[in-house]
Amino acid sequence: MKGRRDTVTNINRENKKVVVTNLHKYFDKNEVLTGIDATIYEGEVVCVIGPSGSGKSTFLRCLNKLEDATSGEIVIDGFDITDKKVNINKVRENIGMVFQQFNLFQNMTVIKNIMMAPVMLKKMTKEEAEVKARELLARVGLSDKEHAFPGELSGGQQQRVAIARALAMNPDIMLFDEPTSALDPEMVGEVLDVMKELAAEGMTMIVVTHEMGFAREVSDRVLFMADGVIMEEGTPEQVFGNPQNERTQDFLRKVL
Amino acid sequence: MDFGKVFSGAMPLLLEGLKLTVIVSLVSIVIGMIIGLLVCLMKMSKNVVLRAIAGVYIWIIRGTPMLVQAFIVFFGVPQVVRMFVSDFKFTALTAGIITLSLNAGAYLAEIYRGGIMAVPKGQTEAARSLGLSQGQAMRKVVLPQAIKFSIPSLVNQFIITIKDTSILSAIGMAELVNKAKTYVGSTYTFFETYLVVAAMYLVIISILMVISNYIEKKLKYEGKKRHRDEH
Repeated sequence: MKGRRDTVTNINRENKKVVVTNLHKYFDKNEVLTGIDATIYEGEVVCVIGPSGSGKSTFLRCLNKLEDATSGEIVIDGFDITDKKVNINKVRENIGMVFQQFNLFQNMTVIKNIMMAPVMLKKMTKEEAEVKARELLARVGLSDKEHAFPGELSGGQQQRVAIARALAMNPDIMLFDEPTSALDPEMVGEVLDVMKELAAEGMTMIVVTHEMGFAREVSDRVLFMADGVIMEEGTPEQVFGNPQNERTQDFLRKVL
Repeated sequence: MDFGKVFSGAMPLLLEGLKLTVIVSLVSIVIGMIIGLLVCLMKMSKNVVLRAIAGVYIWIIRGTPMLVQAFIVFFGVPQVVRMFVSDFKFTALTAGIITLSLNAGAYLAEIYRGGIMAVPKGQTEAARSLGLSQGQAMRKVVLPQAIKFSIPSLVNQFIITIKDTSILSAIGMAELVNKAKTYVGSTYTFFETYLVVAAMYLVIISILMVISNYIEKKLKYEGKKRHRDEH
């Protein structure tokens, strides 16, 4: 298996993009994250794996404050987003997110989906956003779907548009929340291909996934989560090849 | 049975009433839609006080008959205001529009809220994740979809509001039923006159339904048609 680790690694260890310190998250009385510490560097591709209910998605959603941390610190590009004084909308402009259910805006065509945020948030003029949107659509192979509505696309196509939409803001970091879990099996590949390309270009990516093949091949580091903590982390070779933690071993036995 | 006599004799009077019915309905629907949107946003806000005010308003309007509300607005409120401002009075028209608007507003607020809740949470999350504020996400993504989901219920409420204008005849507002009453009072042509009145409501409401069907279809197919044209 030949992944990007064998060729070039884009990681810049001088630049910490995400620093999470002792993150706890409760839903009512239920503690979903029980103390997470993690640092993610510029250009790093980190896959988060683990059983359902382990808190993977909640962890990811805390990183752009779709969920509020109960306690702990989350520093994105130097901004502590748990600090109420930090303008989260500004921070979010630099963090793209791709959802399991795509969440394309149903009331807009494909190209409007991509153009809306950059224009609305005054990052680009309408003309610039249109050029950028076309460029991104070409990149994800959907130039012919510009004027389609989301409901007219397959799941795989919708997810590729969703990636393009997130990229239109020129983010530094991309979060992927189980991006292929809602797809028919034959469409998983087309989405993973786009993500692989993105990884190869040096995007900082945090990917919650059940695609073990992808995690093994593309990631620089794998985090294994269970019971709201990171139980084990390491290179894909370490985690998949020689897992140390019993829970990791157990999980991998079940999914591989 | 003398429809001929009713048509020639009552028509001018009835058309005058019909005109007021239509005007009052339109004005009340517009005001009601604005009240409804405000109340809906209040009810969905994080602020407990705003939520409580909206809740009580909806509770009272929905829990009391409109006739009683009309009496309170027309007879009751001026009586209280006169304690401070002498000679204060609402015309039947003003009181009627206030009552109808307040009434429609409460129901429309709930209709909007239903529409907003029907928009999947992921739509807001996607907008917020791109950096839009809550208000921007609401305006650009949620409300346009919510309105679309709400159209059948909105039309239903418009129909109810049009028909409810007839209740305002009780406070002497010179709308269709009020005019008809005046006419039959002197001619005793109950059956013919009220049949004509019923037909008039039916025509107005049918026109509304045709318009709404057209809008609904247009919203549904707009995208697809444009898409097909491109190919």
